[in-house]
Amino acid sequence: MKRFLKAGLVLALAGAGLAHAATELVIATVNNGHMIEMQKLTPQFEKAFPDIKLKWVTLEEGTLRQRVTTDIATKGGQFDVMTIGLYETPIWSKKGWLKPITTDAAYDVDDILPAIRSGLSLDGKLYAAPFYGESSMLMYRKDLADKAGIKLPEQPTWTQVKEFADKANDPKNGVYGMCLRGKPGWGDNMAFFTTLVNTYGGQWFDMSWKPQLDTKPWKDALTFYVDLMKKNGPPGAAANSFNENLALFSEGKCAMWIDATIAASSLTDPKQSKVADKVAFAQAPTAVTPKGANWLWSWNLAIPASSTKDDAAQKFINWATSKDYINLVAKEHGWHAVPTGTRKSTYANPEFQKVAKFAAAEKKAIDSANPNDSTLPKSPYVGVQYAAIPEFQSIGTIVGQQVTAALAGKATVDAALKTAQTAAEREMKKGGYYK
Amino acid sequence: MNRFLPRALMAPAVITLFLWMIVPLLMTLYFSFVTYNLMQPGERPFSGLENFHYFVTDPDFWPAVMNTLLLIGWVIVITVIGGVLLALLVNEPFPGRGIVRVLLISPFFVMPAVNALLWKHMMMNPIYGVLANVWTFFGLTPVDWLTDVPLLSVVIMVAWQWLPFACLIFITSLQSLDREQMEAARMDGANAFQRFGYLTVPHLGRPMAVVIMIEMIFLLSVFAEIAITTNGGPGNESTNLTYMIFKQSLMNFDVGVASAGALFAVILANIVAAFLIRIIGKNLD
Repeated sequence: MKRFLKAGLVLALAGAGLAHAATELVIATVNNGHMIEMQKLTPQFEKAFPDIKLKWVTLEEGTLRQRVTTDIATKGGQFDVMTIGLYETPIWSKKGWLKPITTDAAYDVDDILPAIRSGLSLDGKLYAAPFYGESSMLMYRKDLADKAGIKLPEQPTWTQVKEFADKANDPKNGVYGMCLRGKPGWGDNMAFFTTLVNTYGGQWFDMSWKPQLDTKPWKDALTFYVDLMKKNGPPGAAANSFNENLALFSEGKCAMWIDATIAASSLTDPKQSKVADKVAFAQAPTAVTPKGANWLWSWNLAIPASSTKDDAAQKFINWATSKDYINLVAKEHGWHAVPTGTRKSTYANPEFQKVAKFAAAEKKAIDSANPNDSTLPKSPYVGVQYAAIPEFQSIGTIVGQQVTAALAGKATVDAALKTAQTAAEREMKKGGYYK
Repeated sequence: MNRFLPRALMAPAVITLFLWMIVPLLMTLYFSFVTYNLMQPGERPFSGLENFHYFVTDPDFWPAVMNTLLLIGWVIVITVIGGVLLALLVNEPFPGRGIVRVLLISPFFVMPAVNALLWKHMMMNPIYGVLANVWTFFGLTPVDWLTDVPLLSVVIMVAWQWLPFACLIFITSLQSLDREQMEAARMDGANAFQRFGYLTVPHLGRPMAVVIMIEMIFLLSVFAEIAITTNGGPGNESTNLTYMIFKQSLMNFDVGVASAGALFAVILANIVAAFLIRIIGKNLD
């Protein structure tokens, strides 16, 4: 009798377990506004796809990158969908760690902006789907430009920009001519500084992977940057990254700022910025060449190759990066909240253009960035403001520290570049790029 | 039988703790002797002392060790001296002592990342920070803390956070100070300084050793403050050993070199601990 009861209990439990056949997707994501929006819209997804449940793991960018990379490299299988950047995608797709994203006609994969699509594809196949994209551009105070009698063209040169910075610099009244990133980091100051080196005709590595940090373009770029910031930059620039400069500009303390296009969204919002109606936009300035003058970045959803929930993951990724999703966000929260920088159709939409005055400048910037061809001399690496090799995070941060040292006056330009070059050579040798 | 039973009952806990300690240590030891980068999975060839050599020949190595020692040294000095003084201040009863004590202890519960952000943006910002306002009030140019004196800025942030810890230990220790001995000394004509030097300080000897030991263990791994404010500072001025390991190996996912670096940190910790135990231990019986 007892044995019969036990067997019956076990069977009942097993049956209950079988009834719960829903697939659970564990999604690792970054804690920016767009992803938090997506999490809030989970009920809509689960209604459309009743047999898939979503479990979100939200992390800050640095932590996310570490955990996701460790998981995929050790085939840990913790995550079914990963949020990765434009930096990781070429590296991981080449290693065969990602599954290609399959899309249908309704998804309209040709609608994705070509610059980003090419950065995410290998051999014509898309390996991650973008849900947010950005480039960099020049944001400046129209009123201060008028006062200084300067008219900046749509694609200014650095000479013109420096002239404006010199004229507009007024520290006694709390206005600084130029605000730029100075905090060391491969994704902080080096994102901007690499574009400056690009436009001066430089590159990170030559075709035999030798670091080029002691060449003329690097020297010219660093000298220009240090002089510009010493004369026209705010105090404490060496610790400023995106958030700090955003706060400064919003308070009206910067005449100009070159940074991510998405900053324009906050700067033109009267609720967040004191100078919302005085901001104008131009493309990132150029020096010797327009190549690589503005960066390209996107956050994307990808599936690890070892995933066992491929079908569900593809469905989710298609949903999250589709035109319908963008319309959904617009319906729920308004067009100012939609994720930008991914699809041509978003920019073509008049509702979006009405609320995003920076849309045209942003699209122009994204279209002009090409991760496969962003340096004057030919380069062996992919990426505009970084080189898509695993060693770059470390090299970029070490070089970033030296750039900050030069900015802070702790090292001369030559000394800083020499230290940076030695460090970069060391890392590349260790990585086996050359003996 | 008498000795066996208690040992057998303790055994599961002791064995678990031992495994918890020894397995990561042995794995770190193993990884430090092989070439292993997560981004290049595959063979893990034995590479002898190459990882150690690579780590030590980093031009940032000695500055990082120096910065680590300076950071630990200054924070310990500030927290011990400040902690003793503050504890003496709130030792005698006064109205509101309970609230003051709670306020004194609270900085310790702030998360290091939040602590760093507050100092960076609210206090040390040279344009709109509180300290900048104080400086301009007196007609001086504000100090650019994180650019000009990055290590000192990190010391200030960490010391502010750990001062309550030292203060708390000393407050509780002062509670157990023998009042009658104090009274007797006062009646014998000893002044405040003599009473402090001959009675209070020796009594605080043991808690001081505890505070220094614990702080040293935790201060070796200061990371959040540096990563959030200066990312190692202009050049390597605020890079400590932990940050150097992160920058050089963890960002690279180079498990081999990171393990070698971790072992260096362990060696450094042991050397510093040996020194401190010698100095403090002499004061204990």
